[in-house]
This record gives sequence, C-alpha cells and structure tokens, in this order.
Amino acid sequence: MWEYSEKVKDYFFNPNNSGTMEDASGVGDVGALSCGDALRLMIKVDEPSQTITDAKFQTFGCGSAIASSSALTELIIGKTIEEALVLTNQDIADFLGGLPPEKMHCSVMGYEALHAAVANYRGETWVDDHEEGALICKCFGIDEGMIERTIRGNNLTSIEEITNYTKAGGGCSTCAESLETILDRVNTDMVADGSIQQEEAFSLTAYVRPNKKKIVNLDEKPKGPLTTLQKIRLIEETIEAIRPSLQRDGGDCELVDVDGNRVMVKLIGACVGCHLSGATIDGVQARLVEAVGVPLIVVPVTQYH
Amino acid sequence: MTPVYLDNNATTRTDPAVVAAMLPYFTEQFGNASSMHAFGAEVGSALNKARKQLQALIGAEFDHEIVYTSGGTESDNAAILSALETQVGRDEIITSAVEHPAILTLVAHLEKSRGIKVHIIGVDARGHIDMEAYRKALGPKTAIVSIMWANNETGTIFPVEQLAELAHEAGALFHTDAVQAVGKIAINLAESEIDMLSLSGHKLHGPKGIGALYVRKGTRFRSLIRGGHQERGRRGGTENAPGIVGLGAAAELALAFMDDENSRVAALRDRLEKGLLQRIGSSFVTGDPDNRLPNTANIAFEYIEGEAILLLMNRDGIAASSGSACTSGSLEPSHVLRAMNVPYTAAHGAIRFSFSRENGDADVDHVLEAMPPIIEKLREMSPFWRERDVRTEVFNPTYA
Repeated sequence: MWEYSEKVKDYFFNPNNSGTMEDASGVGDVGALSCGDALRLMIKVDEPSQTITDAKFQTFGCGSAIASSSALTELIIGKTIEEALVLTNQDIADFLGGLPPEKMHCSVMGYEALHAAVANYRGETWVDDHEEGALICKCFGIDEGMIERTIRGNNLTSIEEITNYTKAGGGCSTCAESLETILDRVNTDMVADGSIQQEEAFSLTAYVRPNKKKIVNLDEKPKGPLTTLQKIRLIEETIEAIRPSLQRDGGDCELVDVDGNRVMVKLIGACVGCHLSGATIDGVQARLVEAVGVPLIVVPVTQYH
Repeated sequence: MTPVYLDNNATTRTDPAVVAAMLPYFTEQFGNASSMHAFGAEVGSALNKARKQLQALIGAEFDHEIVYTSGGTESDNAAILSALETQVGRDEIITSAVEHPAILTLVAHLEKSRGIKVHIIGVDARGHIDMEAYRKALGPKTAIVSIMWANNETGTIFPVEQLAELAHEAGALFHTDAVQAVGKIAINLAESEIDMLSLSGHKLHGPKGIGALYVRKGTRFRSLIRGGHQERGRRGGTENAPGIVGLGAAAELALAFMDDENSRVAALRDRLEKGLLQRIGSSFVTGDPDNRLPNTANIAFEYIEGEAILLLMNRDGIAASSGSACTSGSLEPSHVLRAMNVPYTAAHGAIRFSFSRENGDADVDHVLEAMPPIIEKLREMSPFWRERDVRTEVFNPTYA
C-alpha cells in the first residue's frame, strides 16, 4: 500500500474541477493508455489579461494521478499564463504534501499537461522530450537515453556520479543493477572511441571498481584530536560544500549549532517536507563523519534555539 | 462496517486453529529437532506429523519427498537451480509467459548471468499454454520445464500432468509452481509424473515464511541452502518448527474443506461475477471461466485504472487486488493479462477477487452494492470513457 498524504487522499476522493469544458481556449493531452496514465487538461484564458480563468481535467490513472490533476487545476486558476508556466512538478507535489517517490511521475504528467494546453492555446505543438528507451529509475522517471547522454556528456565512470548528475538510483535503488549494466556498456564504447582511458572506465568484471575519491595524504591529517573550534570549522566547510547540490534541487541546508557530537542543521526550501529529506540528512551525516573522522549525529531542527 | 477480504490469492488469514497448534512450539516444545534429548525428540516427531499431513494434501507416495523451505519463492529457486546442476549437458529452461516473478525473474537472471537458454511459452486469450510451441521447445538440451499449476491472477489451470509426461519424453525434469493450487483443488502427485512441486503455507490459511518443495523419490537433487544435515541434507538450517507445525495443521484443514472450497466457495465466486457483469457494462472476465480455480474471479473494468478502483473499494471496506501497473510501481500492467493480449484499456482496470472458506453471502452482497458507483465515478473522470466508441484496438471481448 502506498503511503499517501491525507491531502492526496482527500484530492483523490473529492477532486475539484473534474469534468469537461465546452469552450476551452486550450486543451493538453499527455500520457498514454499503455503507461496507465493519461490526462486531458482544458483551460479557459481571458485574452486581454492572459489569465487562466477556469480549468478542468479528465484523468485515467491511479489515485495520485487524479489528485495531481486536481491540484494542478487549483494551482493555475487565477494565474496568468506566464505565472502558471513557472510552476514545476515539485510545486504540484508540494501542494499535495508530497508524493511517494515512485509516484512523482504523476506530478510530471500535470506539469506536461499544462505546457501542452498552453501550446495548444498559442497554436503551437508541444513535444515531450523524454520517453527514450526503457525507463530505468522509476522513482525519478529517468530513462536509458537520458542516463546514456549524461554519462557521455560528463565522462562519468561511477554509479555515485550517475546518481549525482541525474538522480537515477537515488530513491529505492532497485535499478542499481541496470545502472551498472548501462555504465559498463557506455564506458566500454567510450574507451573504444578514445573519450576515456581504459583504467578510468567502470567495468562489471573488474575486481576493484575505479574510485574517483580524492587520495588523502595521510601526512596532512591534523595530529591528535581536533579542538572544538577546528571541528566546527571543518563541519562548516563540509556543509558549505554540500549546499550547491541541494540548491540545484531547490533546497538548501544551514548549520544551526554543534553540541558535542550532535550537529543541528536546518533544511530549507524544497527539502522541507520532502519525502526524501531523511535520505538527505543521512547523506549529510555520512559526509560529515567522513570529513571530521569522528562519529556525528545530524539532527534536523525547524527553528533556531 | 465489517471489512470484506477478497484477496486470498495474495495471502490468507492464518486459521486460529493453526495458530493454536503452533503456539506450544515457541515456549514449551522449543527444542532443536537435531538434539539428543527429549526436547529435541518431541519437536522431531512434530515435524514428521506435519510431513504426513502435507503428504495427504498433495497425494505424495512418501512423506520424505517433502522438503520444508521458507516459502514458494525459495522452493521455485531450489527446484530450477538444482535441475541445472543435476541435468549434466542440458542448459535450457522452458517456462510460460504467465509465471510468477519467482520464476520469471530467476530465469531472466540465469539467461543473463550464465547464458542459459530460456524458452518462454506464450498463452492464448484465455490463458492456455501454446501446446505446439511447448512441444517444439522441448529437446535434448532441456534441463527443466517449470509451468505453474494455476495462475495467481486469473486462476486458469494448466494441464501439468500432461505437460510433465511430454517433458519426460524429452528427458527433461518437470517442476510446477503450485502455490495457488495446493489446498484449493485436489492434487494427487503419486499418480502423476511431476518431479518437483512448490507450495506455500500462507496461501492456505497457514503462517507466512514457511513452504515446501516436493521432490519425487529418485529425482536427483542439489541443495540450494547448504549447511546442516536437516531435511536429509536437502535444506540446511534449523527447522522452523512452529511454522512447520502450522503448515501441517493448515494442510489438514485444507483437505477437510476441499469440498466446501469447490462447491460453496465456487458458488459465491460465480454469484459475484455474474452480478458484477450484469450491473456494470464494458466489463468482462479474463482467463478461462470453465477451467480455473474455484475461488478466483478476475474482472476487467474498461477505461479506468485499477489502483484508483482499489482505493475507492478500500474506503468501502473491500480488499481485492489489481493487475494495474500503478499498484506495483512499474508502468507496465500485469504481464499475465498482456500475455493474454488483453488490451491496455482493460488490463489496467482488471480487479482480482479471490475468495476463501472464510467468505460468505454477506460479502458478495456488499461488493455487488458498492462496485457500480465506484466504477461510474471513475469513468466519469476518464478521458477514454467518453471516447470509447472510437477506440482503435482490435479486440472484441465477450460481455456476459
């Protein structure tokens, strides 16, 4: 059973704006029966002000698909087209109090339907840019084509890098085996065309996987235990280094306090209420322990003490 | 509102009598069957009693043909991996397109990692195996054939006795995943040529985490889990004594209720099915209504999606399951329904109702009352419902 938020359940059981619209200004059809998801979004646009005055949806899909559709209509009614187009699928998920990772594609469908409906209103054709090859990471909806392009474009040679660049494998990690197979195949091709060296390439048959971690010069390690000040500085530096990757996803993280081995941090932006925030905290903790070299517990706090 | 549980192919309630039989084996008869004292001896004789109870249910000639395992998945893995070891010079597997993932995931892995050749035999629109393709696939390289006794989603029954004879003509071993069949239909292994059979406790009102693999006397076998001498060296690890006692008690009850399952329970299923098809248009039964388990009905409601149906049913206190993609987290609907060529418009909206001896008439009445408004509400929301006349897929299901 999926763990749906109360709001998702509420919007599924009692959706708003479900139905058809006779005189729609724009209609967007996305999804397909074969995938088990399809959404038709109908919008009415007030020409002079370019404001979306009404929206209706019809959805074939699961509970979260119907809830996402309803959330989408509520988010866009009253907004101008320009304002509405700024919305991301994350906004839809946030509106619903979060979606299970495997269901994030429902919010993506809402995002796409809006763009399709606006394109239809403007007399353009909207082309979706995904659905290439097999869907590998179901949590984040990453397909094989996207993973392959990212590996080639950035000369990636490890699974961790793929996750950092594409998010693939960052959720339930069921696709770990598929990711290894793709990386092995693409890296082999890249060695053949000379874009990476044999020694760097990821290989399923290698005993030791290429490790891109920086080699730590043991001599440079501070002698003896760290002073409290040194420890706090090191924690600060490490968190600064993590922040850009969180900011890329619309989130952020701040150091609030250090008390013994407890590091209090505050999650900001998209991280707040994100269903993956637990994983984020674990990740921050792992980085800190590695950097500082002593056991630390990262505690998320909501306000300054 | 009394909940209505119609998902017995997923799992069953452990019978309270089974639980009562198990309880002493936690705190009183807690010995290790291998031990040389009274504590061990008492447990050892309990394990043997359970073996006899299970032997009676599946009609095995000898009780020692039963090897206890952790469940259906382990039994399936043990059977196939053993055959690949003992059938020297043979490296092909034959199975069907509608098997449980316990088989399909394993054979796909063996194909990839060991270069084993796997023949997946297709089925027709009613779920029956393509006999001609099966005969053609059999050959001197076939190590083992694994075909389920009854399908978990549609209940369709396979002619396993006949399939086993054909496999033997080609010198191949025959295994059947009978997890859904054992306890629901009469099984007499002594009179068949089946070499190995998997069964699971929790599908027949026994506990979870216990199952068995039947290995016919004389069939060469290589252990999957190596360790101690338990189960005559065929499955290492201290026996799950409470689980085994529970499995035995459940087997005895299943045998006692076999007639009830095939008469009263079958009639409940038929009444539900007929009633739903009468009340709800654009819906049809998948599988073969004339040749299936007595407890299973799989009904496809067209143009709507299964998870949404289940969520609304759950709100009305009805538990069933669906072949929809969304319930599994994948984007593909049931591989069973797709193998039967059920179109996407219907496969996503297929709901499986599976009964047990614990269901009664009131359950059927409640479902018949609750379902029509649920289906109507979702169809009103579906963009395909309004456009159903212009569908392009070539498919003409028979509506009852």
